[in-house]
Amino acid sequence: MADHTTGPSPASGAQTTGHVWDDDLQEFNNPLPAWWTYGFYVTILFALVYWVWYPSWPVGAGFMTGIGKVTYVNAQGEEESWHWNTRAKLLAETQEASALQKPYFDRIASLPYEQVTQDPELNSFVVSAGKALFSENCAACHQAGGQGKVGFFPNLTDDDWLYGGSFERIHASIAQGRRGYMPPYGEAMSAAQLDELAHYVVSLSGAAQVDAAKAAKGKELFNSHAGACYYCHGDDGKGRQDIGSANLTDQVWLWANVPAAEGDAAKLDAVRKVIASGLDKGVMPAWQGRLSAEQIRLLTLYVHELGGGK
Amino acid sequence: MLKNFKHEKVETNAGVLLVLTMLAISAGGLVEIAPLFFIKDTMENVPGVRPYTPLEQRGRDIYIREGCYTCHSQMIRPFRDEQLRYGHYSLAAESKYDHPFQWGSKRTGPDLARVGGKYSNEWHVQHMIQPKSVVPESVMPNYPWLMSPLDYADIGDRMRALRVTGVPYSANQEEYQRNVEKFGADVAKTLHIPDARNILVAQAQEGNFDGDRASVTEMDALVAYLQVLGTMVDFSKIKPEDLVKYR
Ligand code: HEC
Ligand code: HEC
Ligand code: HEC
Repeated sequence: MADHTTGPSPASGAQTTGHVWDDDLQEFNNPLPAWWTYGFYVTILFALVYWVWYPSWPVGAGFMTGIGKVTYVNAQGEEESWHWNTRAKLLAETQEASALQKPYFDRIASLPYEQVTQDPELNSFVVSAGKALFSENCAACHQAGGQGKVGFFPNLTDDDWLYGGSFERIHASIAQGRRGYMPPYGEAMSAAQLDELAHYVVSLSGAAQVDAAKAAKGKELFNSHAGACYYCHGDDGKGRQDIGSANLTDQVWLWANVPAAEGDAAKLDAVRKVIASGLDKGVMPAWQGRLSAEQIRLLTLYVHELGGGK
Repeated sequence: MLKNFKHEKVETNAGVLLVLTMLAISAGGLVEIAPLFFIKDTMENVPGVRPYTPLEQRGRDIYIREGCYTCHSQMIRPFRDEQLRYGHYSLAAESKYDHPFQWGSKRTGPDLARVGGKYSNEWHVQHMIQPKSVVPESVMPNYPWLMSPLDYADIGDRMRALRVTGVPYSANQEEYQRNVEKFGADVAKTLHIPDARNILVAQAQEGNFDGDRASVTEMDALVAYLQVLGTMVDFSKIKPEDLVKYR
C-alpha cells in the first residue's frame, strides 16, 4: 500500500508527506498558513489569561478562584465582593436592572391604582411589562389575549367578574388564588327537579324559550331550603362575588356552554349537567410567593385594563 | 523512540486508534468530573429537599418513559432572562435525589424545573391529554393514554433500586428513624419502602390529581410529580448571597 519516498512530487514538484496509496495517490505536505499558526498561539495565550481571571483549575478541596471579582449588595444592604461566578454576576445584574425599573415600580407602588392609570408614561410601562408577565404566567389558562376558554378558564376581557373587577378584588384573585365550589345536585334532586331548575336558570338570562310552568317550579326550588341555590347565587341569581358564584342572569357563561349549544333543548341540557355534577374544577393558582409584590400589582393593573376597568 | 513514531502507524491500525482515542476522551472527562468529588462546596446546604414520594417517583418514571426530556429541560441557568421567565436558578441540591437527573439542554418546550404550583391539576390533565386545547399554538404531542391505570405493584423494587444509589428510602425501622430525624415524621412516612403501595394510593386519592378519585392512573402520578418540581426549597428564607458562595 504505502511506500515512503519523501520529497517533491514528480507530478507537481510540491513537497509531499511520502504517503502513497494506490500507486500514485500522494499527500501534500504544505506548511500551515502563518495567520493560522499565529492564531493558534493566540488561543493558547487567551487560555492562560482566562485561567488567571476566571475560576479554573481544581486544587485539592478547592479551586483557583481567579482574580476577577463581582460586587453586589447583600441582605444587610452592604456592598460585598466575591470571586467572579455566574451566580454573583446574576445577582449584580439583577440589582442593576431593578435599579433601572425601580423608579417605575416605586411610583406604581406608592400611587393609588387610579392615578397610575391616568399617568400615560406609567400606563405604557404597565401595558408592556404586564403583557410579558401575563403571557409567561397566565396565558396558558386565560389565553394570550385574556379571553379565557369556556368550560375551563374565565374571560378576563369582559366586564363580567366572578370575584369582582375592582383593583382590590382583582389583586386578591391573583395573589391568593381562587377556587369556586358548587355542590353536585345529581343525587339530591330528581330528574324532574333538575329539569325545572335548568328551566328557571335559563329563563333568568332569557337564553332560550322555556316552559313557564317548569321555570316557576324551578324558581321555588332555587329559593327553597332543599335547593339553597339562592344562598350562593342570591335571590335574584346575580351571584356573590365573595365566593365567585356566577351571575346567572347575564349572557356570560363559563361552565355551562349555553351560547355554543344549538337549540333550546341543548341549552337547557348544558345547564342541567352543571347543576347535576356541581363544580370544583375552577382552580386559579395563588401567585403570592411565586411572583413578587410589584409584579402582582402590575398584573392587577394590566388585568383591570384588559377588562375595561371597573 | 519518538523519532521513529509515525502517525501513519496510528492511522492504519484501528485497534491502536481506538485505545488512544478513548484515552484522550477519558483525560478530558477526568479533568472535568473528578474534581467535583473533592471540591467541598458544590452541593448547597439548603433545607427542604427530600426524596420523591412513591407516587411522585412513579410519575418521574413515566416522565422518562414518555421521553418528555427530549423537549423539556429541568435546569434553570443563572442568567437574567431565564430567572425572569422560569424563576430562581436551579440548585445542585435540588436534584440530589434524581437518578438519573433530568437537567437536559433541549428546549423545544419550556424548562420545567419550577413548574410545580404554576398551574392547577385540572390544567395539567387537560394539557397532557390535548395540549392544543389550552395552548392553541403548542407542538407538544397528546398523551391521552396517561388516563389508564397505574401499575404500582413493583414500586417497592423501584425504591430499593434507588436506595442502592444513595436515595434515603427506608427499608427498616432503624433507617426510618434516621429519616424522621432528617426530614421529620410526615416526610419519613412517605419514604418507607414496606408501606410504599399504601402511601402511593393514599396520596393519589387525597391529591385527586386526575380529577377521578376512584382509580389511580398514570396521570395521577405524572401530575403529582410535575406539581412538586422546584417547590421543595423555600427561597424566601435564603439570602441570595449565600448561594453565591457555593461557587
Ligand atoms: C391553571 C390555570 C390558571 C392560571 C395559570 C391562571 N389562572 Fe386566573 N383563573 C383560573 C380559573 C380556573 C379561574 C376561575 C376560578 C373559579 O372559577 O373559581 C381564574 C380566575 C382569575 C381571576 C378572577 C376572574 C373573575 O372573573 O373574577 C383573575 C383576575 C385571574 N384569574 C387572573 C389571573 C392572572 C393575572 C394570572 C397570571 C398571573 C392567572 N389568572 C393565571 C385559572 C388560571
Ligand atoms: C355553595 C354555593 C353554591 C350553591 C349552593 C349553588 N351554586 Fe351554582 N355556582 C356556585 C359557584 C361558586 C359557581 C361558579 C364556580 C366557578 O366559577 O368555579 C357556580 C356556578 C353555577 C352555574 C354555571 C354558570 C356558568 O357560568 O356556566 C350554574 C348554572 C349554577 N351554578 C346553578 C346553580 C343552581 C341551579 C343551584 C341550586 C340547585 C346552585 N347553582 C347552587 C356556587 C353555588
Ligand atoms: C415534541 C416536544 C414535546 C414533548 C415530547 C413534550 N412536550 Fe411538553 N411542551 C412542549 C411545548 C412546545 C410546550 C409549550 C406549549 C404548551 O404549553 O403546550 C410544552 C409545554 C409543557 C408544559 C407547560 C410548561 C409551562 O411552563 O407552561 C408542561 C407541564 C409540559 N409541557 C409537560 C410535558 C410532559 C410531562 C411531557 C411528557 C409526557 C412533555 N411535556 C412532552 C413540547 C413537548
